[in-house]
Amino acid sequence: MEENNSCGHNCSCGSKQEPAPINDMGFSQTGDATTSRRGALKKLTLGLLTGAGMASTSCSVVGADDVKEKGGLQWDEFFKKNYRVMTEKEQKDTVTRLERLYELNTGKKISVSSKGATDNVLYGYAFNISKCQGYMDCVNACVEENNQDRNSEMQYIRIHEHKNGQINFELAKDDYYHEVPAEGHFYMGTQCFHCENPPCVDVCPVKATWKEEDGIVVIDYDWCIGCRYCMAACPYDGRRFNWQQPEVPEEEVNKDQHYLGNRLRKNGVMEKCTFCIQRSRNGKNPACVEACPTGARIFGNILDPKSEIRWVLENKKVFRLKEDLGTEPKFWYFMD
Amino acid sequence: MNQLRIFRSLAKDSISNAMQGSRSYHTWMGVLTFFMLLGAYCYYQQLSKGLVVTGMHDNVSWGLYISNFTFLVGVAAAAVMLVMPTYVLKDVDFSKAVLIGEGLAVAALIMCLAFVTVDLGGPGRAWHLIPGIGLFNFPQSMLAWDVIVLNGYLFINITIPLYILMSRYQNKEPNKNFYIPGAMISVFWAVGIHMVTAFLYAGLPARPFWNSSLLGPRFLASAFAAGPALIIIILEVISRYTDYKIAEKSFAKLAMVVTVAAQVNLIMLISELFKEFYAQTHHSLSAVYLFFGLHGKTGLVPWTYASLTLNVVATAILTMHLFIKSYRWLTVACVCLFIGIWIEKGMGLIIPGFIPGSWGDIVEYVPSWIEVGVTIGIWAMGAFIFTILAKSAISIEMGRMRYKEKGKEAPAAG
Repeated sequence: MEENNSCGHNCSCGSKQEPAPINDMGFSQTGDATTSRRGALKKLTLGLLTGAGMASTSCSVVGADDVKEKGGLQWDEFFKKNYRVMTEKEQKDTVTRLERLYELNTGKKISVSSKGATDNVLYGYAFNISKCQGYMDCVNACVEENNQDRNSEMQYIRIHEHKNGQINFELAKDDYYHEVPAEGHFYMGTQCFHCENPPCVDVCPVKATWKEEDGIVVIDYDWCIGCRYCMAACPYDGRRFNWQQPEVPEEEVNKDQHYLGNRLRKNGVMEKCTFCIQRSRNGKNPACVEACPTGARIFGNILDPKSEIRWVLENKKVFRLKEDLGTEPKFWYFMD
Repeated sequence: MNQLRIFRSLAKDSISNAMQGSRSYHTWMGVLTFFMLLGAYCYYQQLSKGLVVTGMHDNVSWGLYISNFTFLVGVAAAAVMLVMPTYVLKDVDFSKAVLIGEGLAVAALIMCLAFVTVDLGGPGRAWHLIPGIGLFNFPQSMLAWDVIVLNGYLFINITIPLYILMSRYQNKEPNKNFYIPGAMISVFWAVGIHMVTAFLYAGLPARPFWNSSLLGPRFLASAFAAGPALIIIILEVISRYTDYKIAEKSFAKLAMVVTVAAQVNLIMLISELFKEFYAQTHHSLSAVYLFFGLHGKTGLVPWTYASLTLNVVATAILTMHLFIKSYRWLTVACVCLFIGIWIEKGMGLIIPGFIPGSWGDIVEYVPSWIEVGVTIGIWAMGAFIFTILAKSAISIEMGRMRYKEKGKEAPAAG
């Protein structure tokens, strides 16, 4: 992340200057239309059809051709297949449609990647409990990188403040509002652990979520029906639901996107940490790793014997959370 | 072709039959329509704003909708308690009640499907669930199983009564070789729908409160108590307000079913309570929250004791009936049991499963008014559908509605 505007408390910073133009690019925002009585019935049908309801948008200056083009693109998007069964060409096509739709909606360009996994890569993550001071820069970097809803202040990462002498999540607080590090406390971050045996994937009735070759558990936001069964199945609180139309002010949108990662989501679908797939697949560290001022976060390819993560796994006493559930998280904790 | 014509005539007769009735019938249907419209309005609000208008949140991500869904699966499954003795064991006691039971199953299933649909974040993408067109996660996902068993059960419960009614409509005797195998399948299927629904929860190690091997059997026991209890109430209403009289013996047998099921349900409850509280572990926290509250949060405690009291009182009354061979308090007991089990399935099972959350957070859940409105709307819809189905079935059974050769409309009877 270019800038670290952490304000020291648990929020997605910089998003409070409302009213910002609402970004409504995820797909089923069929309703670019400004509300009119004439369209009431049509709207209702569309609303039912997409299940997303309407969002008032900022783009009322589109020409007739654009409207037609947009309608066509939205139609194709609505009836497209699940991403995991698309051919490479179909994946390219949907990505192109997404980019074009964003341009039609906002006049700005984004880049959406459909880059697949690289051979011999399996991502893993290690968290150094001794180093974390609870600054939450990771949380803010994550929100900005991954275009999370600013209204509901959605966050993938939770930092739990434990009292010295015990790791007890029930007694830990993740909503502290005081100066950190607090005397006599230590900190542990949780997020999606990208389990090797993910219960969320098994329960999804429509295969909208799955584990990629490189071990990242992803969601096809356009295929998810929003039943939230995965949310009930996850023992780590790794999943988030869009209870309303997510909003990111246009100027804050991270335009460097991936189909399975930080592209803009819509109302009524699940989302989660993807180890910043748009970054990690390009050889970069996830935003949380890069933002961490203490170096508590280590990410890398566990199949690469020379990687730092591999060094940690081999030389430190590592452990994982709720191992008795057999989910095999690829997220380890260790101490110096 | 001929069958199709007969069916069309039956449908037409049923509709005109449904349009006529006494003043109280019209009032009843009018009230239901009002609540359905109210529900539709609330659902419109939910569609346009998102599930944020409900009381659900990241911690308690299933609420009133899924609670009602779970309860109604049980009601639907309970129709089997009437089907089996009548069709298979040739026990004619229930013959008049059985069509009502199947009508109830159909209405309950439609309500189940409606509750699942309103709970979806993207109902417009529900077509992703259709095998062949969408991408169905079968056999891994228990929800995929549930879609299959519920729709299958709906199909069976529509076709069997329809076949019987079609035959009677034409003054023919239905062919046993055709409907008895169907009834047999529906018996197994009914157990299946409830077990699968229980497995949906029991299969989640992330939620220790649900992750119990007793959940499936307990679902069955409570379903076979609440379902027939509702049937008893409905049959009493029908017996009182229409000329379709149900034999005393039918009530006695149904009461027997309800009593045994309620007793078994209580035994299982005691077993669960023992396990949770005798040697309390970390996994007992949901039960602690349910019965005593946790960290000062006691939202479900009154509900729990209300449910417990209703269940115990109802079971005591029913058990007493067995000895004194009189059914004076039957209706009261059935109403208590029905409400008690409804609370038990929602506030007593679905919601505490999420409390405490994955990292021990205790965030309570209270349904919003919109959620309540949608729920009432769906119940009204179920009652509406059931009333029409039952009215048509009664008219045919009583011989008032009969197929007339084409050209002549059958006179519809009230």
